[in-house]
Amino acid sequence: MPLSDLTRSRGGKIPIDDQIVRITSRLVVPFIQVYGIYVILNGHLSPGGSFSGGAIFGASLVLLALSFNLEAGARQIPHHAASLLESGGALGYALTGLVGVFVGSSYLANRIAGFPMGQPGELFSAGAILVITVFVGIKVASTIVTLFYYIIEGEK
Amino acid sequence: MTEVLNVLLLSFLIVCAVGVAYIRDLLSAVILFSSFGLIMAIIWQQLSAPDVAMVEAALGTGVVALLLIAAISKTKRAE
Repeated sequence: MPLSDLTRSRGGKIPIDDQIVRITSRLVVPFIQVYGIYVILNGHLSPGGSFSGGAIFGASLVLLALSFNLEAGARQIPHHAASLLESGGALGYALTGLVGVFVGSSYLANRIAGFPMGQPGELFSAGAILVITVFVGIKVASTIVTLFYYIIEGEK
Repeated sequence: MTEVLNVLLLSFLIVCAVGVAYIRDLLSAVILFSSFGLIMAIIWQQLSAPDVAMVEAALGTGVVALLLIAAISKTKRAE
């Protein structure tokens, strides 16, 4: 059963591509995405972090795909780009950790590996933690989008 | 005052959990489950765990409901 028939199966003729749903999600999605980026970037200062911020950002992309259609969602982030970002996030995490090894310290070394620490409490502080948070956020967001498309489209 | 709010939230939580188990329509069950997640997020915030509350609000309310709706659209709606 395609997605648009989901709400129609009880006799009532309510298509899911409703105009109110479309306009509301078009208004709301930019704010959700800005909030997700905010949560990712402030992960080392406030509650939240890469996982919750990435989940918020990925959910906004899935909301676009649900309220318009699957093609519109796939135009925002193509499938090969999503899988590339997914692998790239994990690779970026590993490479950021390896910087410490190349400098001569341990894996995931932060201050000893020469990352700039900055003032405590400011946005660009805590060295490698911000970089790692951004990479993990990218990976979580693209994983959620990929998971949704795998379920809805099946394996191809 | 906070105790009243907590008791109210917990009773809503129990109602939602029992409703998810008993309702026959799967889409309604998913919507009830996501409202369960929303109430659970507020309770995490009341227990002064804002980090967990944020994850619960993003995952338990949003993503899990979306994935379950996708699963329903691949199968059928009635149990």
